[in-house]
Amino acid sequence: MNRALRPLIATTLIFALAYVAAVLQYPSMLSTRVLGNFLTDNAFLGIAAVGMTFVIISGGIDLSVGAVIGFTTVLIATLIMWAGLHPFAAFAVALGVAALFGAVMGAAIHYLKVPSFIVTLAGMFLARGGASVLSPDSIGIKHEVYTAISRSYILLPGGGRLTVIGLVMLAVFAVGIILAHRTRFGSYVYALGGSETSAALMGVPVARTTVLVYTLSATLAGLAGIVFSLYTSAGYSLSALGVELDAIAAVVIGGTLLTGGYGFIAGTFIGVMLQGLVQTYIVFDGTLSSWWTKIVIGGLLFLFILLQRLVFSASSPKGKVFWKT
Amino acid sequence: MRRSNLKAHLLRPQFAALAAVLFINWLLFPGFFAITWQDGRFFGSVIDVLNRGAPVAILAIGMTAVIATRGVDLSVGAVMAISGAVAAVMVSDGTPAVVAVAVALSAGLVCGLWNGVLVTYLDIQPIIATLVLMVAGRGLAQLVTEGSIVTFADPLLIYIGTGSLLGLPMPVVIAAVLMLLATLAVRRTALGLLIEAVGVNRSAARFAGISSRLLLLLVYTFAGFCAAISGLIVAGDIRGADANNAGLWMELDAILAVVIGGTSLLGGRFSIPMSVVGALIIQAMNTGILISGFSPQFNLVVKSAVIILILVLQSPMAAQWIARRTTAAERTPR
Repeated sequence: MNRALRPLIATTLIFALAYVAAVLQYPSMLSTRVLGNFLTDNAFLGIAAVGMTFVIISGGIDLSVGAVIGFTTVLIATLIMWAGLHPFAAFAVALGVAALFGAVMGAAIHYLKVPSFIVTLAGMFLARGGASVLSPDSIGIKHEVYTAISRSYILLPGGGRLTVIGLVMLAVFAVGIILAHRTRFGSYVYALGGSETSAALMGVPVARTTVLVYTLSATLAGLAGIVFSLYTSAGYSLSALGVELDAIAAVVIGGTLLTGGYGFIAGTFIGVMLQGLVQTYIVFDGTLSSWWTKIVIGGLLFLFILLQRLVFSASSPKGKVFWKT
Repeated sequence: MRRSNLKAHLLRPQFAALAAVLFINWLLFPGFFAITWQDGRFFGSVIDVLNRGAPVAILAIGMTAVIATRGVDLSVGAVMAISGAVAAVMVSDGTPAVVAVAVALSAGLVCGLWNGVLVTYLDIQPIIATLVLMVAGRGLAQLVTEGSIVTFADPLLIYIGTGSLLGLPMPVVIAAVLMLLATLAVRRTALGLLIEAVGVNRSAARFAGISSRLLLLLVYTFAGFCAAISGLIVAGDIRGADANNAGLWMELDAILAVVIGGTSLLGGRFSIPMSVVGALIIQAMNTGILISGFSPQFNLVVKSAVIILILVLQSPMAAQWIARRTTAAERTPR
């Protein structure tokens, strides 16, 4: 068995065990309906988490994704409802704005030599502030395209519905896996996360890669915003509050090292699904309050960080330090 | 402290920024500096800035120590919610307020200790180690309050949030005392030097004989303690504990205050009083935006513009540019 895949296998195993345990208690959870809802309800989180995985593998962090999602929903809502743009034109504008936003943040991180944490924090304030300046109130979106998209789905055997936004998330994960493991850009990102100096000495275009990674993350956050606006049919400046933390949690649970240079896009998918499972379980249970979601996710995060440390200290031959202090 | 040293301190850009913000506030609102004496305490916009800025200032004091060790504590907002919730629930159950405050502060100490253990003994990156408590902490606070907003009428807790001592609001007094004690502790003993040593290079500090683990534990525990104090103030101010909103995003304001104060995020250089000045700059901006009649939404945009400006000014590129300018100016004959 490949040692490098151990964390991924551990995460998958824990998800499978948790799912089996949940099904034993509530047999109705084993249905394509529930699985379809997993995908639909967590589509925006999954899409944003793919971008976050790339950023974290490159050794950075992006705190602005939740704010970019919120900003995108408001931008789309104002473009469609006030400017009268066709939704697809509004989507294109939103993606363009998000990509530009990410590129500027990436450039600031590289050229100003500021920690990504602070730059994206400023980006988060800017995007949230910009969204509430555009419109402090929630704007409902009414358009035939929106109703058409929310009505179309693929019927799975067993009555489950694979919605358009669920499919978009699956497609983003597929593209993300190919991009990370099968392209030159993907190798550059891993190299950058391993060691920026070594990467630069090996001839990795550090500036371009850094800018592209944050552009990718912001663009995917923009796409997540589009999906979120399709999901809720509204634009609100405070929507997707704290999604950046959920996305980081999904990435960590998925086995990606926060120091960069090591991780899987596929693991992030399991991380997102595990969070969906926790939420669904709490809904099924009915007696547990929603705040348990936060405690359980925090506990899972802790468990997986601990697990990563144990797995890594066991599998590294000479006690090589994987966690920079 | 020598006099020239004090003058150099007062000439720092942070004080210029604070003066500029206060000046703009004065232009927008001519009565800004007016202070009146009423019911045995001072009232006025400046006092209000100090009062509103106190919770973030207290967080910033703890955060400064953490950031000086090249760490960061994201959980302070959640710890505020926990301490407020603990105090409120205990008081409404009839526990004496002194005990409730003590237990709330110990809850903060325990939270800080937890972060410290994760960072030192498990060697987890500070951002991630404290992220755990940031995510779970608010849930724990809601567990304590059982999901509702617990209100109370206990005089001691309300006094912490809204009372006054020597004419000054209690939060200001607490923040000032804490700042003074913390500054004395780090500057009059070797503690500050040790913290800086750990921040610059943890292994080098260990080889130099500094018990970096103990020091890191101490620093994170102190940050948790500061967060607990801040949580008590916020709870006392609204006479209730709101697990969802108490201290929400305050960790970001505190980090911002520390950065504005000139503490290096790369560790090793820190100043507690300057972080407090940073917190006051943020609050003066908030107040300015409010009294100028702009909607509070502009707050975030202005805040981000200030961060960007500071980052550009602190960046190596700007330093190079200034260095080039000064050498060029020296070369040109006058």
